[in-house]
Amino acid sequence: MAFDKMELQKIEVWDGNRAAAQALRQAQVDVVAAYPITPSTPIVEGYAKFLADGYIEGEFAMVESEHAAMSACIGAAAAGGRVATATSSQGLALMSETLYQASGMRLPIILNLVNRALASPLNVNGDHSDMYMIRDSGWIQFDAFCPQESYDLNLIAFRVAEDHDIRLPAIVNQDGFMTSHTAQGVHTLSDDEAYAFVGEYKPMNDMLDFEHPVTHGVQTEEDWHFEHKARQHNDLMVKVIPKIKEVFADFEKLTGRKYNLVEKYDMDDADVCVVCMGSSVETAREVATEMRAKGIKAGVVGFRVFRPIPFAEIIDALKGVKAIAALDRSSPNGAAGTLFNEIAGALFNTDTKALLSGYVYGLGGRDLTKAHLTALFNELQANVDAGKVTTQLQQFIGVRGPKLAYL
Amino acid sequence: MLEIRWHSRAGQGAVTGAKGLADVISTTGKHVQAFAFYGSAKRGAAMTAYNRVDDKVIMNHEKYMKPDYVFVIDPALAITTDITINHKDSTKYIITTHMSTEELIKAQPKLEGKDVYTVDCITIANETIGRAIPNTPMLGAFMKVSQMYDIEFFKESMKRVLGKLPQKIIDANMLAIQRAFDEVK
Repeated sequence: MAFDKMELQKIEVWDGNRAAAQALRQAQVDVVAAYPITPSTPIVEGYAKFLADGYIEGEFAMVESEHAAMSACIGAAAAGGRVATATSSQGLALMSETLYQASGMRLPIILNLVNRALASPLNVNGDHSDMYMIRDSGWIQFDAFCPQESYDLNLIAFRVAEDHDIRLPAIVNQDGFMTSHTAQGVHTLSDDEAYAFVGEYKPMNDMLDFEHPVTHGVQTEEDWHFEHKARQHNDLMVKVIPKIKEVFADFEKLTGRKYNLVEKYDMDDADVCVVCMGSSVETAREVATEMRAKGIKAGVVGFRVFRPIPFAEIIDALKGVKAIAALDRSSPNGAAGTLFNEIAGALFNTDTKALLSGYVYGLGGRDLTKAHLTALFNELQANVDAGKVTTQLQQFIGVRGPKLAYL
Repeated sequence: MLEIRWHSRAGQGAVTGAKGLADVISTTGKHVQAFAFYGSAKRGAAMTAYNRVDDKVIMNHEKYMKPDYVFVIDPALAITTDITINHKDSTKYIITTHMSTEELIKAQPKLEGKDVYTVDCITIANETIGRAIPNTPMLGAFMKVSQMYDIEFFKESMKRVLGKLPQKIIDANMLAIQRAFDEVK
């Protein structure tokens, strides 16, 4: 091979961005086209540096906007290369048109989405507004709760997305700053182990295969559009979840680290539970353990995969629980929160008649403290004791000013 | 759980210092976390960085902390910012200043009765590294105050962390760490 390998320590102290950049290096991504934006910049910067230092055989294209970045990624993926990039917030918003092109054209691009608030007011810190904004775009969405998972899920994402039965792009989410700029110990794979796990890229319908000419990005009107969209949805609903399970199992065999579509923590006998995403899942786990010492049977459910929605696993995880708090780190702007709606939809036809309440928290990087979570678990227990939701269905955590509650 | 809060100006190396410290501690088998509050910080703006150290995996991602140690690596920040916020009785302060500890406490009554150590990291950095980058000397002072590791082990570890820098810069940092270790009071 025409590139150098890197000697890594068994445990490296990396932030989430560094972990993602190292995974892109180890996967030997052919093309990264990027228009860097805080807080995702160090991922593409890291790829560019590895490339310049001779650790990657590939191409780094600096383009004039995020729209151009994803467009160039689409071109490179259609040509037949392994492709990845990174963005956040406003960058994703500008990219959003092309995200639908990528999924519709069945191009397995990996996008590291370092979650950040959307303006206005302008804010560079972490929330899930950008993740939610493109949830119907046809991309698979993984969610990392810490730097280790940013590394692992990148390697996993290539395997899932590029499988010829899948051929769909995938996003790896991590919390801006709270994960992307927080350094923690990350267990590494050697370059050879990581590359062997991801596997050689096998193109499909690649445009550079001149023996087999193909057309990408066609126009279909009412004659075929619906069939294309229905088949894309079908593959997301039917094929992706078994494939993710299979790749998670292979990853566990290799590393001992076990991932699940829905991550359950102390849920077997839980009376009350918090459902959330991102770094909050880990903080909530710590608080749940503390609540158990105080006699409250608390558990935590974290969505590892947000799209396709792991419907059956949500039903299973929440079976038997008495009160659920759905925590959304994004303003629903005129509705109940997304996780509230997903959970309500999943449980509605089941025998689980838990008391479900929604909370909006952490916008623009506002801290979610252990004290907030302690109060939240106590509130859920009060709901259980009263046999009904004692508050309004939608509340805000950690916002200053008069208490806000709706529905 | 050991928790540290750094007070710094953007560009003085608090984040690099926090990550470097985390890197060294990680090699001894402990779990670490290093992060910072950035905002849209410009070079020179006051900022804070943080370390957490524990024997078990650190799951807490809240930014709130009651620190065991407060490092102040810019002399003016001891005066202009609230370095005693979320104080606990056992909190130790290591503050960069040209003043003696007594002079500093006299000038800043909020430090009265607190466990304060002083060291002039700026002068040490200027005289050894040739630039006012007070992060590595602060770690030398921390090794003295906390007695966390033998100073020779710490310096050897920092040589690896500083890795790809020119040898001259690495040597200068070692001098800076040793001087701060010797001079902190």
